[in-house]
Amino acid sequence: MRHISTTCPYCGVGCGVRATLADGQLTAVAGDADHPANYGRLCVKGSALHETLGEQGRLMRPRVDGREVAWATALDAVAERLAATRREHGKEAVAAYLSGQLLTEDYYVANKLFKGFIGTPHLDTNSRLCMASAVAAHRRAFGADAVPCSYEDLEEAELVVLVGSNLAWNHPVLYQRLKVAKTRNPLMRVVVIDPRVTDSCEIADLYLGLRPGSDARLFNGLLAWMADRGRLDALYLARHTRGLDAALAAAREDDVSLAAVAADCDLDPERLETFYYWFASQLHVVTPFSQGINQSSSGTDKGNAIINCHLAGGKLGLPGAGPFSITGQPNAMGGREVGGLANQLAAHMDYDSPGAIDRVTRFWSTPSLTPSLPEAPGHKAVDLFEAIERGEIHALWIMATNPAVSLPRADRVRAALEQCPLVIVSECVADTDLLAYADIVLPASSWSEKDGTVTNSERRISRQRGLLPPPGEARHDWWIICEVARRLGYGEAFAYAHPAEIFDEHARLSGFENLPGTPGERLFDISGLAWLDRAAYDALAPIQWPVTAAAPRGTARLFEEGRFATPDGLARLVPVRPRGPEQALCAARPLRLNTGRIRDQWHTMTRTARSPRLMNHRPEPFIEVAPADAAAWGVSDQQLARLRGAGGDYVGRVRLAKGQRRGEVFVPMHWNDRFSGAALAGRLLAAHLDPLSGQPEAKQGAVALAPLAIAWEATLLVAPDLAGEADWREEAAYWARIPLAHCQRWQLAGTPESADRDWLAWVTRHLPAATLWLEDPSGGRLRAAGIEAGRLRWWLMVGPPGELPGLAWLDERFAEAARDEALDGARRRRLLAGGDAGAADSGPVVCSCHQVGRSTIVTAIRDGDASIEALGARLACGTQCGSCVPELKALIEESSAA
Amino acid sequence: MPPHSTQAPQDPLVIVGNGMASHRLLEALLRQPARPARITVIGEEPTPAYNRILLSPLLAGELERDTLTLRSAEWYAEQGIELILGERVTEIDRQAQRLTTDAGRHLAYGRLVLATGSRPALPSLPGIRLAGVHAFRDLNDAATLSDCASRGGSAVVIGGGLLGLEAAEGLRKRGMAVTLLQRAEHLMNRQLDATAAGLLEQELVGRGLEVITGARLAALEDDGQGRVAAVCLEGGRRLPTDCVVVAIGIAPNVEPGRAAGLAVDRAIRVDGYLTTSDPAIFALGECCQFEQHTYGLVEPIWRQVEVLAAHLAGEAVGGYAERPSATRLKVSGVSLYAFGPTEPGEEHEVLAYHDPDQGDYRRLLLREGPLEGAVLYGDTAPGPWYFAQALAGRDLTPCRPALLLGAADADALLDASLDASLDASPKPEDSPTQTRPEKEAA
Repeated sequence: MRHISTTCPYCGVGCGVRATLADGQLTAVAGDADHPANYGRLCVKGSALHETLGEQGRLMRPRVDGREVAWATALDAVAERLAATRREHGKEAVAAYLSGQLLTEDYYVANKLFKGFIGTPHLDTNSRLCMASAVAAHRRAFGADAVPCSYEDLEEAELVVLVGSNLAWNHPVLYQRLKVAKTRNPLMRVVVIDPRVTDSCEIADLYLGLRPGSDARLFNGLLAWMADRGRLDALYLARHTRGLDAALAAAREDDVSLAAVAADCDLDPERLETFYYWFASQLHVVTPFSQGINQSSSGTDKGNAIINCHLAGGKLGLPGAGPFSITGQPNAMGGREVGGLANQLAAHMDYDSPGAIDRVTRFWSTPSLTPSLPEAPGHKAVDLFEAIERGEIHALWIMATNPAVSLPRADRVRAALEQCPLVIVSECVADTDLLAYADIVLPASSWSEKDGTVTNSERRISRQRGLLPPPGEARHDWWIICEVARRLGYGEAFAYAHPAEIFDEHARLSGFENLPGTPGERLFDISGLAWLDRAAYDALAPIQWPVTAAAPRGTARLFEEGRFATPDGLARLVPVRPRGPEQALCAARPLRLNTGRIRDQWHTMTRTARSPRLMNHRPEPFIEVAPADAAAWGVSDQQLARLRGAGGDYVGRVRLAKGQRRGEVFVPMHWNDRFSGAALAGRLLAAHLDPLSGQPEAKQGAVALAPLAIAWEATLLVAPDLAGEADWREEAAYWARIPLAHCQRWQLAGTPESADRDWLAWVTRHLPAATLWLEDPSGGRLRAAGIEAGRLRWWLMVGPPGELPGLAWLDERFAEAARDEALDGARRRRLLAGGDAGAADSGPVVCSCHQVGRSTIVTAIRDGDASIEALGARLACGTQCGSCVPELKALIEESSAA
Repeated sequence: MPPHSTQAPQDPLVIVGNGMASHRLLEALLRQPARPARITVIGEEPTPAYNRILLSPLLAGELERDTLTLRSAEWYAEQGIELILGERVTEIDRQAQRLTTDAGRHLAYGRLVLATGSRPALPSLPGIRLAGVHAFRDLNDAATLSDCASRGGSAVVIGGGLLGLEAAEGLRKRGMAVTLLQRAEHLMNRQLDATAAGLLEQELVGRGLEVITGARLAALEDDGQGRVAAVCLEGGRRLPTDCVVVAIGIAPNVEPGRAAGLAVDRAIRVDGYLTTSDPAIFALGECCQFEQHTYGLVEPIWRQVEVLAAHLAGEAVGGYAERPSATRLKVSGVSLYAFGPTEPGEEHEVLAYHDPDQGDYRRLLLREGPLEGAVLYGDTAPGPWYFAQALAGRDLTPCRPALLLGAADADALLDASLDASLDASPKPEDSPTQTRPEKEAA
């Protein structure tokens, strides 16, 4: 048994993980107590990492034009076709779309190949969807894409303002750290600014449920309020900034009276003033912001409106102070550092940085090769796909991301992919929505196999270590890219034998002609990590950049001296003129749509859906609706409903949510065509972009809501080997696939036309015949099961899913079947009940870590354990990742009120 | 008849018949604080009352004869009950309140209970009186059949009801080749639906019984020496046999009540206090008719006994009222439980559970919420719970999704719906009709 330290591949917190290996298997994971991001904590997703591995469902062999081929053939095909495209249509006809899931080394060689040697500027990344606005705001204010803060600042702050960030669900470990800090410092206050009451409100002293998209107005109002009350830090402003007057003037173009701002933001003026007062009177303020700010058609301005207030109050460059962009992806920061965005060149140099093109050209040159860098920025994500649509781009290489799911107007993206003459996809999972569009499919290695570095939200570079060999013929992305480069004739520039060599080059480039006080000075400098040998690279401890000769142990906080990365060293306050969402509400689409993550899923679910306990939290796509709206739109809790948006429909189950503002709905961003028939949030959104960052407006869609006209609902559990065809999907108006540990659950619903279905005949068409069944035709109910040779093969319930038993018992029967154990007679008699007689059903799982069900918890509360601590002591719920604590609190409240 | 008799108990009490009903009445009377002082029981069989239900296992060789005995003759003596066995009452003189037995005995009665039971019904069929044609009703029949069985050979059982099945299965177990003839299209058509009957038939056939349903009898064939040789069916089929058992039903023993001029329909008519048209004469069990009902199963008769015993002892008691009763059958491992209508009507909603391979079947008939009928085959454990729900007339809509799954599952839903309705009701005092169950200490 071995223990290896690595980094979690999920969110941008970048937690250290201690992995336990035994017999060539990853058997357990635990938080790395030595890692400064998490100090041993892990959230529910991280805790389930070892459950999401395994060769099942992995892409194992390269494919060209639908045929499995040898690697050499695939790489030849990639190189030949890319070369042909460039030859026939020019170098700008070639593009790449990368991902914050890639490691820095992968990212670096991809950027180098496309921008430096193929010579196309069109290389962008899915980080565009998550933090491009923050990048642009940082650059405008600080002169570089630099996050000033460290996680410790969250703990040292006296006031933490969460804006557009559900930290509790999306960055659970940071939230836990904040929560602990708040218990230790009773004076610490937390303000949550979010249109939705989220679980992060659990620790909020003040909640501002603002009108979606009105954040810039709110922070402009704050700037003016501070100015009007003499709360600006005149000295700081004078010494370290420029642009206050213009920023204030822009803010004052609107009525900045409290009443007017409150009305525009739909807030209570007193609560608003309380926030303004707290912010103005406290120096140690940290404002973490995330997608609620970034995913907007004016996200960059919103980011600057926040930064303006910090600069104006001198709340920056101090312990416990600063605007703090919290990123979504594990290596969004690393991608920014190598220049993975289309408007970047490399190593924090942009096309407009003086001398940058020349400098990078010289750096990448070899004795016999000279790169030819593009002159101007390329297309950003959404523009990129529009350029494909226009026929300008003929070849696209997509790595480690799924734009068919994640971009707005998903169907238009799919149409563009369909018409693109050459689509190359590097992917680790065999079954994604994207692969259908790929001409060449390259099996890539995945977390636990990949070896390299990532950078988290606090600029901390950590090693993600290879623990296991890739399955089948899967290869590392950097290797694949270098092999293609070699075939294109650039072998000399891509002659890396190990990621350590790539990292070394990356570190050297960051320090290349980067001397303080010289024209080319860049804040991003990790030259202190250059020349690491492989052993030193392997042993690299987590460290925050810049890492230089002057700061060999890294830098926890930026701008402490008040000197910024602008040519004059002064930070900029940026004039912000608040703009509302571009996706206008109208009679046809009267509801405001918000999209976001849920606690237990990651992105398009390729990994997290493999863990049944993660699927348990929210097994189906859903639509959160304010109770008052539900009646108005004719929907009720747990009913299926349809949202109609700009680019298509979304079907999910209604969840009445008291935390939802009236007139607004929320949908998760995770579901896609692999998991449900019509639950792609991206289909609902129109492609409106921030003009500076190109980031899509994903948080403020416009939709209509209506109940889905269905006549029946059914739940089907099938043994894994029967799940292949799944042709029952075609007969359903709604379907969702929910992997369980030993079977697959299908949730199905049908239209009135299919209501008179003879279910036993239906079963015979799709599955082995029913061996036992119960029916209540006039009640519209049926349950049936198929047993072959004493082994459970499938289980069906027609009727409302509210009548489902807990499925763990049934899943265990499938496990027995897989072990080739026969079902005993008593169990068989309980099969359609789905549980042993008298065994209490523990209800839907609340605590994913310890698999504690709602009924069990309610019983314990009624028995007197009516506190989080008591429940934890009795049932262990809420004691691991803590993300269910808000739900536990709600249950305690409900049960005591009853 | 007033519900509470003001008259003092009038001795002597005479009970005609010493079957299970008579025995149970005696036990009940003895428990009364004011039992009639003088009780006389006259039984036609030579032995005191025994448990007739156990005749089938006795025949099958699964029980010893002694197991059937309910009480010995000594017990009657100890209780001060005069027991007269082996005599048949031939005449009742209501005027003189006196009866006469075939042994010429005369007995005076103050009150008289007729518990004369029933006898096997016999089809009017040529050859029905031949030797080798038996009923299956009493110890004597069981002994005779047991003799037949010990000689081996073949048997034909006529009647696919409860008794016929048990006789057939008993004989088969004793090694005979048995053919069961059922006039109806399926077995136990009075209690079971076609599906359950099909499962039962499949099971019995699997064990080696031959079953012929829809059988129309033509005649019993004489072997030339007055003994049955074969059963002939309409259509010409001939079933050679050594022995025939007739179990097509029972005929109430209404004599000598009819001769004495009591009101008799299909059986002796009684009111809710089991009183015949003569206030001094009562009838009980299989020989009586209450409203349109006559009896063959013990459950309602036991309730008659409770009413009658209290009434005879001068206790205040509510009159007998007809209630549905459930049929249970256990034929060597096959469990059945049924009550209510066998086939659904227009007004019924039908819920059913099938596991033919395992031999489990359950079918419920709901009528606007309450349960009206059930057939359970195989796993009959929830039967009594269903029956209790049906008797209570409880609206089962709230537990309908779990109704077929069993009592625990259904009860959980009923409790939940009760909790919900309590939560929903504003205050307990606002809804006086609401009955709140006693909650355990919360």
